[in-house]
Amino acid sequence: MSTANSDQKRTAFDAVALKFDATVDEDFEEFTLIVPAHNVIALLRSLRDHPDFLFEQLIDLCGVDFDQHAGRGDKHPERFAVVYHLLSVSKNTRVRVVVYLPEVEPIVRTVVGLWASANWFEREAFDLFGILFEGHPDLRRLLTDYGFVGHPFRKDFPLSGHVEMRYDDEKGRVIYEPVSIEPRVTVPRVVR
Amino acid sequence: MTEIRNYTMNFGPQHPAAHGVLRLIMEMDGEVVERIDPHIGLLHRATEKLAESKPYNHSIGYMDRLDYVSMMCNEHAYVLAIEKLLGVQVPIRAQYIRVMFSEITRIRNHLLWIAAHGLDIGAMAVFLYAFREREDLCDVYEATSGARLHAAYFRPGGVYRDLPEKMPRYASSKVHSDDEIHAKNMNREGSVLDFIESFVERFPACVDEYENLLTDNRIWKQRTVDIAVVSPERALQLGFTGPMLRGSGFAWDLRRKQPYEVYPELKFDIPVGATGDCYDRYLVRMEEMRQSNHIIKQCVDWLKDNPGSVMLDDHKLTPPSRESMKDDMESLIHHFKLFTEGYSTPPGQVYQAVEAPKGEFGIYIISDGANKPYRLKVRAPGFAHLAALDEMARGHMLSDVVAIIGTQDIVFGEVDR
Repeated sequence: MSTANSDQKRTAFDAVALKFDATVDEDFEEFTLIVPAHNVIALLRSLRDHPDFLFEQLIDLCGVDFDQHAGRGDKHPERFAVVYHLLSVSKNTRVRVVVYLPEVEPIVRTVVGLWASANWFEREAFDLFGILFEGHPDLRRLLTDYGFVGHPFRKDFPLSGHVEMRYDDEKGRVIYEPVSIEPRVTVPRVVR
Repeated sequence: MTEIRNYTMNFGPQHPAAHGVLRLIMEMDGEVVERIDPHIGLLHRATEKLAESKPYNHSIGYMDRLDYVSMMCNEHAYVLAIEKLLGVQVPIRAQYIRVMFSEITRIRNHLLWIAAHGLDIGAMAVFLYAFREREDLCDVYEATSGARLHAAYFRPGGVYRDLPEKMPRYASSKVHSDDEIHAKNMNREGSVLDFIESFVERFPACVDEYENLLTDNRIWKQRTVDIAVVSPERALQLGFTGPMLRGSGFAWDLRRKQPYEVYPELKFDIPVGATGDCYDRYLVRMEEMRQSNHIIKQCVDWLKDNPGSVMLDDHKLTPPSRESMKDDMESLIHHFKLFTEGYSTPPGQVYQAVEAPKGEFGIYIISDGANKPYRLKVRAPGFAHLAALDEMARGHMLSDVVAIIGTQDIVFGEVDR
């Protein structure tokens, strides 16, 4: 990526960020826009439709739980975040849009109306993190079991889960029981 | 008058055409599909959460098991993301080896795809031919990494080891005559690179063979032409990548557009479809096999002429040699630290995508400076493709659903993760 090209992009992103009260970050040659939740739809819409950007594709959407992150507080002001990865096929650029959501009632407007691919991505983020997408046409669980309780990718959800299942001979059906495995850490987390 | 009503039908999760564990709830009007609700997650193993609890290197093996028919391409995205985070540049020979194996993996994936897709919609023989060639590529995997499927061969900083000097040979046995064994060992006399070269030379004829069976086959065309047409606009909206996007007419290939490793040095073409139906996607993938073959040939030629290191010399990141550990205290300490604790990455977030056989396979890592990723997100191409199944199958017959699942090249390891 040439510097001139990068500066041009920077200017365009700065302009759109100013308009929607967002901040621009450039790290590892990737642009990140951090936007307040009430402006996220307007920002994404202009990223999709504005001739400077033309992000026709929502490549990825995921939830993040910053609960135990070392930068929680100053760098990451809220517990949850939704991260959008956009790709422009015509301009050959990428951008990341981050919106932080509070611990109680993490709700954000859906982007299914902007990109059809958001449908399952949002269902997944709801399933795994409990982030709610207002206006989503079909916000059901996607990856976890039928009747699953909890949101497993939250940091306070244990790696080994809460329940295990087995076939019970007497009852003649599969039953759920509290997990019998002890959680253990094989390699401790080290920050250097 | 009889009352005619829609009815709901269950498909899978144990069905040979479901390519794994796909469960579909289909609303049917006679034999025509009105609506499909795919139920996925039966193979969900929480790979991303597991990776968050382990040092970076421990998760390479999990990457193999995502899209379990294009193993090394998944590893490729993962190690590239880590290297981007660390800001390291791997030796040029390692880059060529990685690219060569990515393309070998692409051929392997497409061979399995054409075999299964053909089998699903009634072309039985292709399966046998495709698996004959796939077997040789399994042998290459095994000779180089020790495993036929889940290689764990790419490492941050390079590849696990250089290409071996000897290709394993068949031993004499009771069920095969000496002449048969000798014929099987004909192209195994030299190194692994020689074996790959002999494969590259005969493979285009093999692709011709598959195309002979299918491309002008009346039944094959009846089953694929004009089935599940995706317009260019919808392909973008639905998040399609890879052959699914190219089938709809976009010459979009990350190897060309956002190149990584040594792809800028290599010559290859990007095949593009015109109508966006199953037949076009079939043609795109067939041509991709030929192009991959061409790339492998260029890599083999380069690798034969340019010996060198295949792993970075930075022992904070890569293990020191066994010999040096025996009498060098520093090497011993490096080895111990690397295998008990791993390495820490600088805080930040990166997204790295590669052109996997199925489309854009991306790894998004958030690091908070620890020896484990804080959050790892796998962007799997099949996930977006399967989400479009409902739209693609509406108004088609039940039997076309199988053709659509086939053309999407669905593998549940990456959809469910």
